[in-house]
Amino acid sequence: MERRKFLKQSVLVSALVSTGSALLPSLARAANVPGWPAKEFDAKVLDQAMHDSIGTTTVPESAAVHLTAPTIAENGAAVPVTVDVDHPMTADNYIDAVFLYVDHNPTPLASAFFFSPENGRAYFQQRIKMAKTDMVRAVARTNKGELMGSKPQEVKVTIGGCGG
Amino acid sequence: MNLSRRDFMAILGVAGASGFLAPGAVAASWGSGKDPYEIQPYGNVTLLHITDTHAQLLPVWWREPGTNIGTHQQHEWGVTPHIVGKWKLDYYGIKADTPEGYALSCLDFDAMAHKYGKIGGYAHIATLVKRYREQLGSRAILLDGGDAWQGSATSLWTKAEDMVGAQNLLKEDYFVGHWEFTYGADRVEYLLKHKLQAKFLSQNVFTIPWDEPVFDPYDIREINGRKVAIIGQSFPFTPIANPAYFIPKWSFGIHPQHMQKMVDECREKHHADVVVVLSHNGADVDKKMASQVNGIDIILGGHTHEIMGPKPVMVNKTLIINTSTNGKFLARFDLDVGKGRLKGFRFYYLPILSNMIPADPEMSAYIEKVRAPYAEKLAEPLAVTESLLYRRDNFNGTFDQLICNALREELDCEAAFSPGFRWGYTKLPGETITMEDVMGQTAITYPEVTVTEYTGAELKNVMEQVADNLFNPDPYYIQGGDMIRVGNIQYTFNPAETINKRITDLRVGGKMVHPSKKYKVAGWAAMQKVEGTPVWDIFSKWLKDKKTVRVDHRDNPVLTKNMKGNPGIAYPQEYDL
Repeated sequence: MERRKFLKQSVLVSALVSTGSALLPSLARAANVPGWPAKEFDAKVLDQAMHDSIGTTTVPESAAVHLTAPTIAENGAAVPVTVDVDHPMTADNYIDAVFLYVDHNPTPLASAFFFSPENGRAYFQQRIKMAKTDMVRAVARTNKGELMGSKPQEVKVTIGGCGG
Repeated sequence: MNLSRRDFMAILGVAGASGFLAPGAVAASWGSGKDPYEIQPYGNVTLLHITDTHAQLLPVWWREPGTNIGTHQQHEWGVTPHIVGKWKLDYYGIKADTPEGYALSCLDFDAMAHKYGKIGGYAHIATLVKRYREQLGSRAILLDGGDAWQGSATSLWTKAEDMVGAQNLLKEDYFVGHWEFTYGADRVEYLLKHKLQAKFLSQNVFTIPWDEPVFDPYDIREINGRKVAIIGQSFPFTPIANPAYFIPKWSFGIHPQHMQKMVDECREKHHADVVVVLSHNGADVDKKMASQVNGIDIILGGHTHEIMGPKPVMVNKTLIINTSTNGKFLARFDLDVGKGRLKGFRFYYLPILSNMIPADPEMSAYIEKVRAPYAEKLAEPLAVTESLLYRRDNFNGTFDQLICNALREELDCEAAFSPGFRWGYTKLPGETITMEDVMGQTAITYPEVTVTEYTGAELKNVMEQVADNLFNPDPYYIQGGDMIRVGNIQYTFNPAETINKRITDLRVGGKMVHPSKKYKVAGWAAMQKVEGTPVWDIFSKWLKDKKTVRVDHRDNPVLTKNMKGNPGIAYPQEYDL
C-alpha cells in the first residue's frame, strides 16, 4: 500500500510526549481536532489512562503482540519503540487499534494507533519520551473488542558516563 | 633484577613449563628451552586477535586489577573474568613468579615488573604478527577489537592518524569500534574511508531515525577453500557511556536478534563454514549474547580488558575469549574448519613481553617518526611518584586518587569525581611522571573540568547510577566501566543490592551527606558539551608544584560483609573486609 493511502486510512493520534514523526505533534496540539481523545491522553496515572482508553486495567499477555524497545535508552527524549502484531487483517477479523503506555510518564498513554484491514499489518515504529527508567507496554485491540497485551519492556534511562 | 631475552630463555628452559598459556597444545615448545612463541600450525585457518591497545605504541607497565567483583546475583561470583590475584592464577593453573604469572595477576606487581619488563608495544606486536604471517601465509588474518585510536597524547593530537598508520603497517584485516567514535562521525568516516586499510564491520550501528546500517555488518573470507564469516560488533553503549553528541545520527545497542539474522545469513546465504564475531561488547555481555544467539563458533572479545584467555569460555557451543588491553596479549586461534563446521582448535594466549620479543625495525622507525614532532612535550618531567600508580580496579585506582586530589586542591572543592575508565597504564614507584603519562590517563576529546553544586541526593544518585552500570545482575546492563572514582567521599557499598540501595552511610569529609544540602564537586569528562580547562592542564600543574607524590589513602568504600571471600577481591583489607 502506498504511504498516502495508508495515512488517509489510518487515524493517527499521539500525546505530546511522543516525538519522531512531524505529523504527530501537530495533530496532538490541535485541541479542537474532531475525535481527539483528550481524556485518555490527559490521564495522569496508568490505571486511569488504561481505563479511559481500553476500559480495563487488566489485559492478558499475548505472544502475538511484539513490543521492541531498547534495554537502555540512548536518549530519553527519543526512545525508539516498535510494535508489530501478528494477527490476521481481514474484513471481519483485524486489529483495529494499538495503545502504547509508559507507566509513570506524566501522561501514561503515549500513543494510540487505529488500523483498518487495508493496512495489511498492525505495525508501527515511533519515538517516545521517557523521563526515567520505566516500563513500556502495548495493548492491541481487535475489531471484536478482544484485548491482547505485549510483554512489558523495561527501558532504563541512566546518566551514563564512565565507559571502559 | 631485569631479565634480558637470553635470561628468559634460560629460565624457561629450566622451568620446563608447557608453553605460553596453551592448554590446548601441551606439545608446545618451551620445555626444551626453545622459543615459547614457536607454535606448530594446526588446522587450516588462523585468527590473530588484539584489542583495546588504547593507542599505546610503546611498551608500558600494566597491572591487572586487584578488584574485579562478580556477585551471586550476576552468577559471576568466582567465575572468570571475575577472579583476581591468587584466584586467577589457581583457575588457570599458573605459578605466580613466572612470565605468565606476571601477566595474569596483580600480586607483587612492582617486583615482578622489574623482573619481567614492560608489556605490549606495536613494534613487538609487529614482530610476532609478521613471524606468524610468514609461517602461515594467507591462512592467518589479524582482527583488531577496537579502542585502538584513543588513550595516548599522540593519538589525540593526530586525531588517531598515528594509530591508523600503525594498524596499516600491521596489515590488520578487520576492525570494530568504541572510543574511535569520540572523534566524531565525520572523522571516523574519513579515516575509515581514506586511511585505514582494515575493513570496519558492525552489525549493531544504525542511522537515526531510519534504522539503516551504517557499516557492513560482516565479511566472508575464503581461506584454504573454507568460508570464514567475520561479523562485527561495536560497543553497544557508545552514546550512553560516552557523549552522544559525537555521533548524533547513529544509534547503537546489542541487537541480539539482528545478530542472529546475520549469523543465519552468513550460514544459509553465504554457506559460511565457521562464524566468528569480532566483539566490543565486553566479557559479560558476550557471554549472555552467546547464550541467546545460535551458530557463533567464536567470539573474539574486548572492551572490559579482561584476562579471559588461557582457556576460552564455552557458552552454548560458542568459544569466548577476551584479549586484555594495552597490547599485553596476542591471541591466536588455529582452527580446523571442515565443511560447514569447526572440527577442532588450538588456542594460544601470548603475552607480549617486550624484553622477550625484539622490536620490528619498520614499526620502530614509524613510531619514532610519528612521535618526533611531540617528543619534547611528551618527555616533560612533572613529578616523581613514591607509590605504585595504576587505574584499573573496580574502585579508586591510585592514579585516580591523585587526579581527585589534584582537582579538589586546584579547584578548591570539598569533593571530586573522576570517571571509572579501564584504560590508563601503570607507573612504578621511583619513576618520573611525564606529560606523556598524564595524557596516558586523560587523553580524551571531552576533557573539560567542571565544578558542580550537587545536592546530597544528586550526589548519591550519580554514584548509584554508575554502580548499576557495573553490578546490574543482567549482563545487558553492564556497560564495561568501573565504579566512579571519588575524592573525599566515603561510603559503604553492597554490590549485590539493586539500584539506589547499594550505597549507604554516604559521607563527604567524614560527615553524613544530607539529601538537600549542596556540595561543591569537581569532575571531568561530562556527557554534555561544557566549557572548562582540560584535566591534563590542571593535573600536570598540580604534579609540577608537588614535585614528589605518594598515595597513602584511597577513598575506597567499605564493602558489606557478604563480599567476604569474593574471588574478585585480592586485597580484602582495602575494603575493611
